[in-house]
Amino acid sequence: MLEIGLGHYLTVAAILFTLGIVGIFINRKNVIVILMSVELMLLAVNINLVAFSSFLNDLAGQIFAMFVLTVAAAEAAIGLAILVVYFRNRDSIAVEDINMMKG
Amino acid sequence: MMTTTLPVMMPAMAEIFLAAAGMALLMYGVFTQRDGQSEGTAWGTIVAMLVAAGLVIIYGGPVAGEPAFYGQFATGHFTQFAKVLILVGAAVAVWMSVRYMRAESSNRFEFPVLVLFATIGMLVMVSANDLIALYMGIELQSLSLYVIASIRRDSLRATEAGLKYFVLGAVSSGMLLYACSLIYGFSGTTQFAGLATVLTGEATPLGLIVGLVFLISGLAFKISAVPFHMWTPDVYEGAPTPVTALFAVAPKIAAVCLILRTMMGPFGGLIADWQQVITLISIASMVLGAIAAIQQTNLKRLMAYSSIGHMGFALVGVAAGNQAGAQAVLIYMAIYLFMNVGTFAVILSMRKEGRYVENIADLAGLNKSHPLMALAMLIFMFSMAGIPPLAGFFSKWYVFFAAIEAGLFGLAVIGVLASVVGAFYYIRIIKVMYFDEAEAPLDSKISREMRIIMGFTAVVSLLFFILPAPVVDQAAAAAQTLFTN
Repeated sequence: MLEIGLGHYLTVAAILFTLGIVGIFINRKNVIVILMSVELMLLAVNINLVAFSSFLNDLAGQIFAMFVLTVAAAEAAIGLAILVVYFRNRDSIAVEDINMMKG
Repeated sequence: MMTTTLPVMMPAMAEIFLAAAGMALLMYGVFTQRDGQSEGTAWGTIVAMLVAAGLVIIYGGPVAGEPAFYGQFATGHFTQFAKVLILVGAAVAVWMSVRYMRAESSNRFEFPVLVLFATIGMLVMVSANDLIALYMGIELQSLSLYVIASIRRDSLRATEAGLKYFVLGAVSSGMLLYACSLIYGFSGTTQFAGLATVLTGEATPLGLIVGLVFLISGLAFKISAVPFHMWTPDVYEGAPTPVTALFAVAPKIAAVCLILRTMMGPFGGLIADWQQVITLISIASMVLGAIAAIQQTNLKRLMAYSSIGHMGFALVGVAAGNQAGAQAVLIYMAIYLFMNVGTFAVILSMRKEGRYVENIADLAGLNKSHPLMALAMLIFMFSMAGIPPLAGFFSKWYVFFAAIEAGLFGLAVIGVLASVVGAFYYIRIIKVMYFDEAEAPLDSKISREMRIIMGFTAVVSLLFFILPAPVVDQAAAAAQTLFTN
């Protein structure tokens, strides 16, 4: 019987985190997908924190995870708000249309 | 039954006051300010920031025993120095914004309040003595700044700037958090004091090194160091000019001081590991800042590359990793504040027929129409280029001296070369001001606050060498507190 240890949790979190980063950089379609990828990164971090917290028998990690959840909600709200404002000006949220300024 | 005692709070008096003032100003704005009127909240914000600077000086000093909030919130000469710089920078940025926002009819009362909340975030960053406090400070700052960047919500360029800033900022926050989780997991604590005792530099687990690299990446984004600089030119160009002025000073000072504190404090034992990373980032920033600025035509974009370069120079002092380096970085940030505020006061005074302009070509013939403004800009540009005896020369001199003391000769040589290349584009602006013919001169009227800011910062940049002691001595005392515990 396979024992699920810390390493497994860390691997899952690392895979999710990498998926989030890759999703942001190779995504050429929609800004909403970028927001979802950011969310994926933050949740990967939460898995890490909770796994470490349980493994170390230390509550700080779980408290940290609660803070991250709260901030992630605020971040999503602000991101969507900026996106809505942008859409009103540009009539599009396709990544390739965000090109007013070069760079 | 458990008894709980209140934590020590007095050292955080300035932050608590600012948070309360922010909420009060928000209420005041909601109930009294009509659309297109934000002067009341703006002046209230400025007063609150200056009061907070006083509170920092009175209560924010070193405390005996455990730092405030059960060790989460460190105070001392270092945080006092950094916080006063941040508060002054933010207050001046709000002051400069009042007339601009009225002229562009985008003065919402939320703007000064958001700057106030961002400033609280910066103060918490500087004082953070725990990974959780560090993260909360950074996020409070960043979330407010995302909104501030797109405060002109009917402008396509401003909203695009806000969107780009948000996406890249969120990625960097993610990396920073991943770093925090790894550091916590492999060292077993989030407190800086605990980390400093665990991280001695011997037999460091690989996970901690990975965490450290991620942490530096996340923080490098906040100071827009290469290779995490992509957002800077676009955000600087797209955001309204007073917002750019704010971005160029307060958050940069906060993030540089945070890097300094985390690298010298909890990660001081791992200097062999982070020194090469910081050196690499520093070299890349100095070189890119010098080269990419040459072909710019927009002044705000040019200032973006200029600030990337300046962050590279400041990181030279961090890479040195000694007390002289920390002192040099603090002096650098103080002088950087004055030079940048002055330059942005000039940019904010550039109007043609009542409209704000921001191209380098618009400066042509400035010497004929506004000799004093041209002289002030000349002082700022020579100072940024690092020409003696102006202030900018001394800021560079201190960081390179610290690098040489630490044996980083290559870094110092590359830094001097980059500063020579960078001098080209600063001097090009002076050439445009003094020798090019203007098609249409700038409007002759320059507002009183811009004249005061320009005059004061120009005098400071010009005469710093006569009386450097106040800044240098304070920076020395501040740097010392980083190394005594």
